[in-house]
Amino acid sequence: MNTVTTSAPVPTEFAAPAASVARPTGFVHDTVAVFARESRPLVRDPFSVVFSLVQPLVFLGLFGPLLIGASGGDAAGTLQWFVPGILVMVALFGTASTGANLLFEMQTGSHERTLVAPLSRAALLVGRALKDVVPLVIQGTLVVLVSVPFGFRLDVPGLAVGLLVLAVFGVGLGALSYTLALACRNRDWMFWMVHQTLLFPLMILSGMLLPLDEGPAWMQVAAAVNPLSYLVDAERVLLAGGFGDPSIVGGVIAAAITCALGLVLGVRAMRRAR
Amino acid sequence: MDIETDTNRMITARRLTKTFRAKGRTVDAVTDLDLSVAPGELVAFLGPNGAGKSTTLRMLTTLLPPTSGDAVVAGCDIRRDPAGVRSRIGYVGQGTSGGHTQRVRDELHAQGAFSGMGRRETRARADELIDSLELGQVANRQVQSLSGGQKRRVDIALGLIHRPSLLFLDEPSTGLDPHSRANLWEHIVDLRRTTGTTIFLTTHYLDEADQLAERVMVMDHGRVIADDTAAALKQRLAGDRVTLEFGSATDAAAAAARLGGDHDGSSISVATPDGDVALPRWIRDLDAAGLEVVAATHRAPTLDDVFLALTGRSLREEGAAAAA
Ligand SMILES: Nc1ncnc2c1ncn2[C@@H]1O[C@H](COP(=O)(O)OP(=O)(O)OP(=O)(O)O)[C@@H](O)[C@H]1O
Ligand SMILES: [Mg+2]
Repeated sequence: MNTVTTSAPVPTEFAAPAASVARPTGFVHDTVAVFARESRPLVRDPFSVVFSLVQPLVFLGLFGPLLIGASGGDAAGTLQWFVPGILVMVALFGTASTGANLLFEMQTGSHERTLVAPLSRAALLVGRALKDVVPLVIQGTLVVLVSVPFGFRLDVPGLAVGLLVLAVFGVGLGALSYTLALACRNRDWMFWMVHQTLLFPLMILSGMLLPLDEGPAWMQVAAAVNPLSYLVDAERVLLAGGFGDPSIVGGVIAAAITCALGLVLGVRAMRRAR
Repeated sequence: MDIETDTNRMITARRLTKTFRAKGRTVDAVTDLDLSVAPGELVAFLGPNGAGKSTTLRMLTTLLPPTSGDAVVAGCDIRRDPAGVRSRIGYVGQGTSGGHTQRVRDELHAQGAFSGMGRRETRARADELIDSLELGQVANRQVQSLSGGQKRRVDIALGLIHRPSLLFLDEPSTGLDPHSRANLWEHIVDLRRTTGTTIFLTTHYLDEADQLAERVMVMDHGRVIADDTAAALKQRLAGDRVTLEFGSATDAAAAAARLGGDHDGSSISVATPDGDVALPRWIRDLDAAGLEVVAATHRAPTLDDVFLALTGRSLREEGAAAAA
């Protein structure tokens, strides 16, 4: 039976209950807890990671042969130039839209639930941003592995360091995407507008897909202030196993600045979130 | 903390006010709200759409900074020590708390970790709640695949996992079928009996407020217009409404003359404190007087009746006025 017959009695007999207080945790505990929550759907449904690989693979499969034809060079040499660009693209597209998920949770009420939980606000942001690294590393590795049979030369230490630099960049860009989501609140159109407006110019003006050497001067200037260009250059060197090249420094600095900026702005936005 | 922190109070609020400003328009969502809730009390906040119920809860749970006024919740000032408040309360908001791509059980485990509970404790508690809120069938499914009522039960489980001593529930039973609603009520009554949890809930339903709470606050346009026991409130409403239908308007008029009440065509409507008992007696008496009752209905007072009695306005008129 599920009929409630008891009209609740006035509980004068209760001693004031000792207020149960949540065990104090800390930033690290909270970050791990948020990271664990965010990555759980990934663990439950690993296929979703592979599914979002379709886009970079389409670029690789359709753009690659065109580039090889246009360059007049050999396939292996062109892939060596092109695959690092695709890797940066995976990082760019994977993390720039991650704020959409937060936006959705802000609209449903599950973000509100985490705001009332006794969690560090900084952890709410950092845990989420760290999660975005997981699909990025898996997808990057898969893209490289797929290219090997077509003549791409794999350099394992180079790939490891290259992915690390990309991960640092991805944390920053993910954090910026969350910042944008928090700023847009319930105006998703604004989120997507800013996202679309920035993403494609950033991508094209990085020399990721086509070399910019032949472009007009203003393009070269735009590329020079685009952090992605430095990242693309560094990845090209790293994935070929060239550790001594100075362009690596540029890429590392670009990734570090993106990361620092993203985390600072993101944590500030999350602290103010309601 | 310098507001008089009465340690015997779970919630105190003084002149709590929230004004929203958007595009040159201001909305006084909550105005000068005073509150005092003792430990172990169950308070039902009753009011129509837009009355300011959620805004009040969102201020008390530190989600919204008040425009003015103060409040102390579970011993912590909502402005100066929001983290202290958050570590002592549970909150079930009006929306869906579970993440859409998360599985139900995973989300409960995550919430336990968020509250600083240990792994084993969290798992055991999650199993307990899945069992008692009848979520076993859906525990391994993604939240987005659940029905509205199932999602609502997940929200409630998430709010209860850490056994807070003060629980805020914003329209907990909205979207639940009668069985699940009765089940939820039972859960709430039980929770109080066994743990002495203080519960502050909002509802649109007078029967829910009546069933659960010994104290009902009625809110309208951001102000509390009644704060009383459910029984006293019902007394003020003159109780149930009985409607009797007759074969003719003359019979109806004769019946109205005997029983009092409003007469409209061939039917009459009478207010009485106890309709269950009055109805059979009236039918017998009227029959003896040669007035045959063809149909009879009896209904408990609703939020609309509370409103009519307290404000002289009907909610329906209000809706019509707002739409005009
Ligand atoms: N973020 C906001 N910005 C502007 N106005 C708001 C905001 N939130 C609430 N309001 C307004 O404040 C008033 C009170 O809203 P509130 O959500 O507290 O009502 P409620 O009693 O919970 O209603 P319901 O029963 O529909 O949930 C409404 O007029 C609403 O439009
Ligand atoms: Mg509400």
